[in-house]
Amino acid sequence: MLRALPPVILALLLAVLPLLATWTTVVLTLALAKGLAVLGIVVLLRAGQVSFGHALYFAASGYAAAFLAGSLGGGEVLVLLLAGLATSLLLGLAIGWFVVGYRYIFFAMLNLAFSMVLYSLLEKFFHITGGSDGLRVPRPTLLGMTLERAEFELGLFYLTLGLAVLAAFLVHRYLASPPGQALAALKTNETRLEYLGVSARAVFLGGYLISALLAGLGGTLQALVQGLVTPEMGYWVASGELVFIAILGGAGHVIGAFAGALVYEFVQIYAAAFAADVWQLILGTVLLLIILFASRGLVGMYQDLWRRGEGKEAAP
Amino acid sequence: MTPQLLWLATLDGVAYAALVFLVAVGLTLIFGVLRVLNVAHGSFYAIGAYTAASLGIAISSGGLPGWLSYPALILAAVLIGTLLGSLIERQLLARIYGKEEVLQLLVTFAVFMILEDVQRLVWGVQPYFQDTPLRLLGTMEVAGVFYTRYQLLVLPATALVVLVGLRLFLRHTLQGRVILAVTQDREAAMAMGIDAHRVYLTTFVLGASFAALGGALASPTTALVPGIGSDMIVLSFAVVATAGLGQVEGAALAALLMGLGRSFAVYMYPEFEVLMPYLIMVVVLLIRPQGLFGVAETRRI
Amino acid sequence: MSILARALAACLLGGLLGVAQAAERPEEIVIGITAFLSGPASVFGEPGQAAAEMIIDNINAQGGIDGVPVRAIYVDEGAGGEHVVSEYRRLVQQEGVSAMLASISSGNCNQIAPVAEDLKMLNIMWDCGTQRIFEEGDYRYVFRTQANATPEMVATVLYLLKTKPDFQTIAVVNQDYAWGRESWKIFSTALKALKPDVQVVAELFPKFGAPDYSTEISRLSALRPDVVLSTSWGGDLDTFVRQSAQRGLTGMSTFVLPLAESSLQRLGKDLPEGVIVGGRGDHYFLHPEFRDDPAFQAFSAEFREKTGAYPIYPVFHMAQALAALQKAYEIALENSEAWPDTEALVDAMEGIEFRGLTRPVRLREDHQGLEDQLLGTTVHSDTHDFAVLDNIMIFPADPITTPVGQISEEWVETLDPAMLEMEVDTYQHGQ
Repeated sequence: MLRALPPVILALLLAVLPLLATWTTVVLTLALAKGLAVLGIVVLLRAGQVSFGHALYFAASGYAAAFLAGSLGGGEVLVLLLAGLATSLLLGLAIGWFVVGYRYIFFAMLNLAFSMVLYSLLEKFFHITGGSDGLRVPRPTLLGMTLERAEFELGLFYLTLGLAVLAAFLVHRYLASPPGQALAALKTNETRLEYLGVSARAVFLGGYLISALLAGLGGTLQALVQGLVTPEMGYWVASGELVFIAILGGAGHVIGAFAGALVYEFVQIYAAAFAADVWQLILGTVLLLIILFASRGLVGMYQDLWRRGEGKEAAP
Repeated sequence: MTPQLLWLATLDGVAYAALVFLVAVGLTLIFGVLRVLNVAHGSFYAIGAYTAASLGIAISSGGLPGWLSYPALILAAVLIGTLLGSLIERQLLARIYGKEEVLQLLVTFAVFMILEDVQRLVWGVQPYFQDTPLRLLGTMEVAGVFYTRYQLLVLPATALVVLVGLRLFLRHTLQGRVILAVTQDREAAMAMGIDAHRVYLTTFVLGASFAALGGALASPTTALVPGIGSDMIVLSFAVVATAGLGQVEGAALAALLMGLGRSFAVYMYPEFEVLMPYLIMVVVLLIRPQGLFGVAETRRI
Repeated sequence: MSILARALAACLLGGLLGVAQAAERPEEIVIGITAFLSGPASVFGEPGQAAAEMIIDNINAQGGIDGVPVRAIYVDEGAGGEHVVSEYRRLVQQEGVSAMLASISSGNCNQIAPVAEDLKMLNIMWDCGTQRIFEEGDYRYVFRTQANATPEMVATVLYLLKTKPDFQTIAVVNQDYAWGRESWKIFSTALKALKPDVQVVAELFPKFGAPDYSTEISRLSALRPDVVLSTSWGGDLDTFVRQSAQRGLTGMSTFVLPLAESSLQRLGKDLPEGVIVGGRGDHYFLHPEFRDDPAFQAFSAEFREKTGAYPIYPVFHMAQALAALQKAYEIALENSEAWPDTEALVDAMEGIEFRGLTRPVRLREDHQGLEDQLLGTTVHSDTHDFAVLDNIMIFPADPITTPVGQISEEWVETLDPAMLEMEVDTYQHGQ
């Protein structure tokens, strides 16, 4: 019961923040959207695999939403979200079918290759994709309501928060469930899993599809709140950042994805605004320190603090 | 596609491939021995290029003879490879060898991020242009088109020298054979008394030097701006993955493939130029996931 | 109620309303400026920033705008389109800017215009060239204090045909983004309309920021077109020209570089003679009509002292944008006692006429600026260690700008070859 408390507190805090400081609305939405994509990475990390190309789904769904919104002159948020999810599902199936046969560095590299193919296509076909400038996403209706900017951003934030909470809950349940446990077995001993008669390929494909859907959801939300999609959404550095955040937050934990994303987004926006030439240096150093000294990430640090507190209380 | 254009596309492709090979060979060596995919490899390329340009500028503004800019290129490569390479290997990588692969990869990613900003801080954000080594050699006419001798001769020649030299080194010297041994089976090599950590350091420095050499050689041909390392690294990943991790000769072939693919695309379907390397990578990996020359690792139970 | 009571009530009410309408006189006027401050385009953005700093310092030295000092916050376009948009939002919502000057990149302008309109922020497009914005929508808050791709490309076509009427083949090497693509569309359509028999032998669009053009240059060397067009700018143009010169392409084909005025000094003698150069407006540090003007010379000298270089067209564009902003404040303050808010400023900007450093610019009813276009041919001279312009022609804005309400790409198709007979002010170097 107590273990559920920190995530609940976090969610409540987040829910209240935009009401206190309106400028945080968009930043928080972007952070949560990225957090969803990072959650996808966390799922894959459970299987001991890293994808260096998951920004592909982030970008593909974002662009799908942009195309649809553009042709509809806006459309409706829920429809666009479905379009984004559908895109990720189809792409995830098509690519995942090939990719889940591979492990470790080969898996990472293949994902990277596919994401760079998409990036090159997005960047080059100016007349379709807007090239390196990207595409604008006209503002859609939210639940049928046509909203002004401020209300739309607030509404979209709460939708994103709700989706994030839902996704976190569902992924948590998935990881605890038999398919999720089987996924974890890919890391510990894949051959034994096969001896049990469970298809490692099928299990991995399931996990892969979930991660693709999460990344796609994040990408669609980002497209909607930013009003803009650019090829950079699918660049290899973006994929690297997702992995970075996963480790920053704490590789094994669902909440870590969101904690890491929030910290990362805030640092990035403020560092980029005030220390433009050194923000990458700062983030890189932070990552190094985390890996060297706190490799279980923010969540690990938090748990250590908690345990230390408990230890003190327990001592007579 | 006329014979003239065919010839031209080939020449352009070879020049480009030479540079990519130099960076990729270092990457594949490092992976073969350390089993770490060095994301910061592109940074060695970029910093090698900037250093070479700075040395060149110092030479010309110091009134020294222009031909000194050639050894300056080598000097830049050796300096960066040794100093930066050993610093990173000893101080960072050595601490994380026992950790999970993904963490090791992220360490190099963090180094990449740090070095991107180091470049901005040291050299600023405006383009650097220093083309003395290129200008001194002048142009030559081939198939009715003028090429710079530098691009047509120096680049492929250096790549060839590195390729042959590396092969001889790895196969016919003790130090080289030790490296190969560690690549093939680290545990067995250590059991034989080979100091794996020293081998790691040597290999990393060698790999970094090659990347810096690639950058130094590239610097007279182009304008240096922040971000050239980032583009080069993903391209060299593509080459290394296509060739097979740890394959030196394979890297040369894959680099040639990528270079020719790209230049033919510019001549025939310009819109596909950027796409070609990744398309090749995807196709090769789908058919042979271990790369063209890679060794499929047997699963250990 | 007695008359006195009613009168008192009216005064009170009027006073309250008056107080309510008057915006607070601010302590400072904060404006946001976007420019390329990193990457290859920074050779272009940094002079723009230096010009802004210089001009704002001068404004403040004279007491600011109606006694209120001005402060600028800069946004780096080199950090990517997403960064620009999010920073734009942050500046508007948190920093309380009164106006935004955005951007250099046509891509960024395209993205920002609807955002500015949405945020109801006065947005001055101070440098980007895309012609699409006002042709595709009506904007209340967005203005452009310079020309756009259409008059610039039409003027270039006219200059080319006036000076080299008999060329047969042309190739283009443009940056692959909104400006590169759109400028070529307009140029090629205008060219076809005015000289239908011309043949396009290659259309190459290397990536924005590409460091290497060897393959493109090889291809052009093999094709040997009469004319090579490139609307590139900044570090990209520098690299392209240098690599072309290294391999002799500049000797084989006539290069037409409508944005090269900004690269003249950096290229030095690497830019050969006989290249057609434009300045995106009538901008050139040796402008024949202004170079003897004391104010122009003073500005040029001050800029040279600050940055070590002569002003280039981003500097002139920045001067125009800031002049327009100042003029808008002047007009708004004349019209009302109260300090102008965004609505008052935007009303004041309608149809405004202002002058930066060269010929005056006027805004049309669709908020598009009318700016005359200067082009010349390079010569090497002993007076400078870089190429200077000869045979300068200045084209008037009206006949070469798309009429209000029409789409450029369609209007340009209707151009009449008789246009080539246009009378144009012409100057030789040294005149």
